[in-house]
Formats: sequence, C-alpha cells, structure tokens
Amino acid sequence: MLDLDAPCVDLRSLDEVWFQVAGTLCNLSCNHCFISCNPGNHSFGFLDLAKIRPFLAESVKLGVKEYYFTGGEPFLNREIVPILEETLRLGPATVLTNGTVFRGRLVNELRRIAEGSQYSLEIRVSIDGPDKETNDPIRGEGSFEDAMRGVQQLAQSGFLPIITMVQTWADSDTLKVLDQFGAELKRRGCVRPRFKILPTLRIGMEATRTRGYLSEERITREMLEGYDTSQLICSHSRIVTDQGVAICPILIESPVAHMGSTLEETLRPFAVDQPACYTCYLFGSICTNTGAALSGRDC
Amino acid sequence: MSGGSTEAPVALFGGIYSNHWALRAAITDARTRGAKAFYCLGDLGAFGPHPDLVFPILRENNVQTLSGNYDDSIARGLDDCQCGYTDPRDNHFARISYQYTLQKTSPRNREWLAALPGEIRFVMAEKRVLLCHGSPRQRNEFLWESTTPDAFLLKLFRNHDADVILATHTGLKWRRRLSGGQLFANVGVLGRPENDGTTQVGYTLLRSSDEHGLEVEFVPVAYDHEQLAREMRAEGLPAEFIETIESGWWTTCLEVLPSKERSRGKW
Repeated sequence: MLDLDAPCVDLRSLDEVWFQVAGTLCNLSCNHCFISCNPGNHSFGFLDLAKIRPFLAESVKLGVKEYYFTGGEPFLNREIVPILEETLRLGPATVLTNGTVFRGRLVNELRRIAEGSQYSLEIRVSIDGPDKETNDPIRGEGSFEDAMRGVQQLAQSGFLPIITMVQTWADSDTLKVLDQFGAELKRRGCVRPRFKILPTLRIGMEATRTRGYLSEERITREMLEGYDTSQLICSHSRIVTDQGVAICPILIESPVAHMGSTLEETLRPFAVDQPACYTCYLFGSICTNTGAALSGRDC
Repeated sequence: MSGGSTEAPVALFGGIYSNHWALRAAITDARTRGAKAFYCLGDLGAFGPHPDLVFPILRENNVQTLSGNYDDSIARGLDDCQCGYTDPRDNHFARISYQYTLQKTSPRNREWLAALPGEIRFVMAEKRVLLCHGSPRQRNEFLWESTTPDAFLLKLFRNHDADVILATHTGLKWRRRLSGGQLFANVGVLGRPENDGTTQVGYTLLRSSDEHGLEVEFVPVAYDHEQLAREMRAEGLPAEFIETIESGWWTTCLEVLPSKERSRGKW
C-alpha cells in the first residue's frame, strides 16, 4: 500500500526493463556490492529463457525502449546467449558483467548475435580503477587482471565495452583516473575506451566498507518540489527477478520494492523513501547507459 | 503549431550548427529538386562559426523552424546545451561550443529562437506529419537506429497522433517503415559530416509515393567546407571541431553513441 505522505514518483513511461538474470550469484565478492552478491548468495535465483519470455512479450505491448541484464554475474547463467539473442530481436540490450568469466567461445557467440541484430548489444564491464592497486582491494585479488583480459577479448572481437567504475577517489582526481585508465587500455589494444562512473550506494556490503546512510539522507516531499523526477530510474524502469517485478536494480532486497508479478501490475507510483533513493536523487539515473536525465521525459 | 495541407516535395533540414555554407547549399539544391517548402528541425547554433549568419538565411527563404534543445538553451540563457553529457572530455568541448554560441548570438536572434514552436504538424498526401527535434515526447531525446525498437516507435505514433514522424538531434540519418505503414525518419544534420570519413553533409526530401503515400529521400550535400574550416580557425574554435569538418570523422561528443553507431566511426 502506498504511503500517501511519502515522497512519490510516477512511472512516466516504461522505457527500460531490467532482468536480474543471475540473481545474487557471483564469482566475485566485492566489498562494495549493494546487494552483497557472492558465490554462495542464493537469495535471488537465475532467470531462464522460459521465465523471461512472457516479460519480453509484455514489454513489446508496453513499447519498452531497451533491456538490461544484471546479477550477480550474468555470464554464469548458461542461457544468457539465447536470452540475449531473443531480446535483441526486439530491441537494444546491455549486459552488466565483471568481465572475469569470458571464454573464447562465449565472446564469439556474443559477436555472432550482436552482428545478427539491428539493435546494439552493449557490454558493461565493472572495473573499479585503472590498476590492481585500486581495484583489487574492492573486487578481490587478481580481479583486475582477469577483468582486463575479458575487456581485451571483447575488444579483439570488435566490441566497444563500457568500463564501469564505482568512484572511490576524490572528484578532483577523476580526469587523472580516466587518463590513466585510457592509457592502460590503449596499451592493451583497446584503442577506443568508453567509461561510466558510478557513485557508491551505501547499502549491502558498502554499508560495512564505509558507512550506511545517515538518517537525514532521505528524499522528502519538499525535495521533490520542482525536481525533475525523470532523472530517477523509477520513473522509467522496472526490474524482473525470480521473485517478481521490483522497482529498480538497487532495491531488490527491500520488500517494499516488489510491486507485482507482471510488468503491468507495477505501472504505478513508488514511494522513494528508501535510503538508497537519496543517491539516485543526487546523481540521477545512475544505472542506465546514458547517465544524465532526459528531462521532462513522458509518454 | 499547425499548418494546412502541403504538396510534395518538402525539404527537411536537421541541425545546422552554424554551418551557414551548408544551409545555403542545401536550400539551392532542394530548389533544383522541386522542393516547395522548407523546414528546419532545430539546433541552429553550436559547433560552427558566426551563429547569427544562419538566421537571415532561414528568414529570407521562409524556412519554417522549430526549436531544438540548443535553441531552447540559447534563448533562455541556460548553463548548458541540454545534451546530457557526463564524460568530462565531452562536457569540456560542449561547454566551449555552447559558450561561444551564446556570446555570439544577438539579443534579437535569441528572441526569435524563444518564439519557435516545439513541433510542427501538417498533412501531406493525407498523412499526418509530425516534425520534432529529438522525439515527439522529448526535445533532447536521442533516437538512434540501433537503440530504437519498433515497439517503442509504435508507442510514439500512437501517443502523438501521427503517421509520419521526422526528427534530428543525433546527427545520423536513418529511416524505418513499420508494419502498420507508419514512417519514422531521422533527417540527419547539415552542421557536420556523418562520421563516415566524407566531408559532405545532408538533408531530407519528403515526397509522395504511390506505394506508401509518403517516402523520404536522403540527399547528400557538398559545400565549401574548407571555407567553413577557415572561419572556424579565425574564430578560435577548437582544432577538434575543425578536424571533424575536414576529415568527416567525429572527434567529440562520442559518449552518447550506441555501440553500433560508434563502431562505424574512427574514434
């Protein structure tokens, strides 16, 4: 039941559908993961093609614009290639991966389905800094080199992966980090690097690594007055999990975020009073490929 | 803004980006092809030199013009062009371009921009034609060929009561005919080459068709790009912008390109 006194955001247009395709299972155990994914976390399970198909069909009726696949680590799902292939018949798809589980055959398969579609397949690889000294304390020993090998494989196959970094450095160092990372990628043959920088979300593991949200770090009704709510992902996205459809990828562990069993059932306002909503308020649609809002977006 | 019935063909100019040489060449070319009406889908300034030179050309040739995100920003004196870049390098160049254009656009022309409509509609060959800048729902929305599904386009046609939708904003032309006969086209831009290694730019002709009622034809335009480059140099605009005009490859604002479109370019 929606709290009428809470700050609420309408769904303006369902533009993006996300799939929690690998649940909370991941081969890494990053210490900033906002849903604490790891090799033993089965809180959310995999989605197979049979579970995804009805949502794809529903998304077409609703005129959805793009699809995202996340986890956990999506490439641990053995059906990920046929899932992406079927999705790419309908629209553009983006996979969020840690880049450490690629094998040659998988990359070739991805290349095949990407070339066979009129729509773009984007691969976003999470690496949290330009060197192992920055990345590995967060994502695990050896994960920098493993992920960079994945990026090289993708680049050699013609992909232009988007390196996604959670910012753990001062704002004033951002240009230096980008220059350093760009040079490192070029040294390894990735000559056209693309980057996306994310803020930390102070839930899950991150609440322990640094701190959780303070009690005053909440969106209030007053804060939404005059605010362009199209900057918030909940005004244009929903996520499908093995436990139903939730508001956004960040809040799947919050019971209030689960809104129904079909997309249609979730086309209603959401109360953005969860602590992590505060970060989206400050930074905009952080999860989608284009970080900045298309202000005033509507149906 | 609504117009009456219009006979084919009509010429559609996408973002001009202060490229007055290309605009003149396109109008001349469209006349030779029998175009009876001219429309500009917005973004008059940006990138190029002497933004005020575009306005008299549009007025003297009765080019009906709608407002792009750049025009909206310049008219209102906003802080940026509303393209939504997040990459620091893209933001750096976008800021240079925007500040130059804002400073060099006269108050009178800014008033003219402020009065432009957000969309233009007319009926042609019994089809309801809707002209917009980014998309019918959002002035600064990028509709790229590789990230715009049929189902999404159908929603736009349904929600905006049109049979033909024509947009610009991305800088890359494309078209798609849907199963219900609706036609979407991005008309491209006159302001800079299409990231294809050639120096030509382009515009679009909308003409009647026996099969579908209306169809679009993309028309390449060669113009004096060397003279434009000289003017850009004289105005102190970034070497990266001039390189694009001279080489045909985009060098800045690449962040927003989806992978398929980005892969076709050099950078």
